Amino acid sequence: MQILVLVKQVPDTATRIKIDADGKDIQRDGLTWVLNPYDEYAVEEALLLKELHGGTVTVLTLGPAKADEALRSALAMGADEAVRVDGQPADALQAGWALAQAAKALAPDLILCGKQAVDDDQAEVGVLVAEFLNLPQVTVAVSLSVDPAAHSGQAKREVEGGVQQIAFSLPAVVTAQKGLNEPRYPSLPGIMKAKRKEITVQAADLGIAAGVELVRLTPPAPRKAGTLLKDLPGADAGRELIRLLHEDAKAI
Amino acid sequence: MPETGPDYLQIERLLTDEERSIRNVVAEFVAAEVAPSIGQHWLDGTFPIGLVAKMGELGIFGPTLPPEYGGAGISDVAYGLIMQELERGDSGLRSFASVQSALSMYAIWRFGSEVQRRRWLPKMAKGQAIGCFGLTEPDAGSDPGAMRTRARRDGSGWVLDGVKRWITNGTLADVAVVWAREEGGAILGFLVERETAGFTAKDVHTKASMRASHTSDLMLDGVKVADEARLPEAKGLGAPLACLTQARFGIACGVVGAAMDCFNEALAYTGQRTAFGHPLAGTQLVQERLVDMLSRLTAAQLTALQLGRLKEAGELRYAQVSLAKRNNTRAALEVARMGRELLGGNGITTEYRAMRHMANLETVDTYEGTYEIHTLIIGRDLTGLDAFSAPAQNSGA
Ligand SMILES: Cc1cc2nc3c(=O)[nH]c(=O)nc-3n(C[C@H](O)[C@H](O)[C@H](O)COP(=O)(O)OP(=O)(O)OC[C@H]3O[C@@H](n4cnc5c(N)ncnc54)[C@H](O)[C@@H]3O)c2cc1C
Ligand SMILES: Cc1cc2nc3c(=O)[nH]c(=O)nc-3n(C[C@H](O)[C@H](O)[C@H](O)COP(=O)(O)OP(=O)(O)OC[C@H]3O[C@@H](n4cnc5c(N)ncnc54)[C@H](O)[C@@H]3O)c2cc1C
Repeated sequence: MQILVLVKQVPDTATRIKIDADGKDIQRDGLTWVLNPYDEYAVEEALLLKELHGGTVTVLTLGPAKADEALRSALAMGADEAVRVDGQPADALQAGWALAQAAKALAPDLILCGKQAVDDDQAEVGVLVAEFLNLPQVTVAVSLSVDPAAHSGQAKREVEGGVQQIAFSLPAVVTAQKGLNEPRYPSLPGIMKAKRKEITVQAADLGIAAGVELVRLTPPAPRKAGTLLKDLPGADAGRELIRLLHEDAKAI
Repeated sequence: MPETGPDYLQIERLLTDEERSIRNVVAEFVAAEVAPSIGQHWLDGTFPIGLVAKMGELGIFGPTLPPEYGGAGISDVAYGLIMQELERGDSGLRSFASVQSALSMYAIWRFGSEVQRRRWLPKMAKGQAIGCFGLTEPDAGSDPGAMRTRARRDGSGWVLDGVKRWITNGTLADVAVVWAREEGGAILGFLVERETAGFTAKDVHTKASMRASHTSDLMLDGVKVADEARLPEAKGLGAPLACLTQARFGIACGVVGAAMDCFNEALAYTGQRTAFGHPLAGTQLVQERLVDMLSRLTAAQLTALQLGRLKEAGELRYAQVSLAKRNNTRAALEVARMGRELLGGNGITTEYRAMRHMANLETVDTYEGTYEIHTLIIGRDLTGLDAFSAPAQNSGA
């Protein structure tokens, strides 16, 4: 089975983001970059399916040369091949298009990706790739099984108040939610092998007009200082806390 | 990504991508799997044995060995960074890895036969077999040449008799590397398997240091082994000492992690804690403490890195390793003591980390050559004069 995993390099959520002077982008230098955490679930799922059914796992990213690091992280986890389409998409539509064109050429049986990237949180790319390739799609999957011989799969998604069970035919696109699996750590031999792996680089096909324009990035408003209940005896502080939670915060 | 610093002098820039990746993976592993429960293990006097298989999967045992023996062929600096991150968790965890990789696997790799290597190294790399290294005895610690354990020829094999003390992983080990003196001859090394008749191990239960680690007595009572169990290339005290040099390198790097953990903890704690109406970190005395801690650990960090680079170049001398083991361990111990102090009453509990690190580092200061023994090794290297034996004997000679 040929499994393709779409991955993205994102800033570590623990790092503090600064916005460029022109308000169009974040300052990219000096950040810690990581493989998008939801993509880790997708990579892990691909590796588990490969262990079960055989085949190869290819990881694909769209981005600058720096994004090779995200590919190498996936290779270190155990992916077999890595492809980077080089380019800067203007929006999710362009990203979805470029990835769909690259994916088409690889003709996978299954495409996996994270349900969203934690940098811009659009949750659109997997969906767009499925649409551009005219494939069935299951988003936000928490469990997945496939039957390669029957060209079919089953997935579960969590919805408000319950679980949806979905049957679909292969090839298909599935986006991964937390809980799908427990991503493995890259192993040391994996890291050393990944370092020597050739990454295929090709120019991105951005042959579709962007659908939206980014007008401006602004940082969130600074958080208001918390309220500290001091100088009250324990029981009174408790009562005051409950009153504030109930009346002001309306949390209880 | 968990904390991998402090890195005040941007030493990060001197690392390769793989070295960073390897360090980050181990840091993630330690933050997720070790840090939450290690304080309790320490209190209970238990080693988190469930982590051994995972560490094996990660590939952190014998990682500098070539792949055919289960290693990953990583750089020595990367190895040092693994030790750093393990010891950021707990010195007991790093001790486990040191004994497995730098003492037991290294002994088999360097002094073993090809059959012994093939039999043990891949399994040990996976964590499916655990090793221990029996050199110290009740009456021979700093002076291992005075060991009493004897190896007597018996037909084509050997009989071993003696007691080893303070042996890390002794009760966990599937295979013990046992050093014994041939009657009237040189020190030899043997691989003694757990089930061998006459071989028993018993843990020391009275430790107030290194509590998340098993430390054991090994009893060898007429233990019969075949000559195939002898490490064929090990002839004389130089063999176990060569293993110690490997482990000391790892220790010099490892203790930096414990110091970093204590520094980060103290910096965060004193920034939040108020006394006399302002944060502790805003007082000159506390700032001086924090700066001392940072200065010492940064010097240790640079020492560790340069040690690794020398090792990679094949130029590392054992006296240089002594300098680094001696200085870095004492620096880490002092950083931990300062961190402990800055945490006030909280600092004596295992809910915080400084006290546990501090108590552990007392062992690290003693094992693998005490502070004084390294002083004498470096002193001999500097002066060409051996000051190990007592002055009375020196003057008599
Ligand atoms: C938790 C733990 C784990 C250990 N794990 C292992 C292990 O896995 N394998 C193993 O073989 N050993 C192990 N050891 C043993 C360790 O290496 C020894 O404890 C160490 O070498 C010191 O020996 P000793 O305890 O006999 O002290 P001694 O040699 O009796 O030393 C006592 C004191 O005298 C000082 N001293 C000794 N000689 C001189 C001198 N000539 N001049 C000045 N001062 C001197 C020492 O520096 C020390 O301060 C471990 C020890 C501990 C505590
Ligand atoms: C086992 C144990 C038993 C105890 N028993 C008792 C008891 O019976 N009765 C009782 O009342 N208390 C008791 N204590 C409490 C003990 O007296 C306090 O822990 C101690 O006074 C320190 O206070 P703290 O822990 O709040 O530390 P902190 O006051 O938070 O101090 C933390 C660190 O900051 C330093 N520091 C504080 N202020 C400054 C400053 N202005 N400039 C520079 N440095 C500063 C301190 O020296 C310390 O290193 C006990 C504590 C322990 C650990």
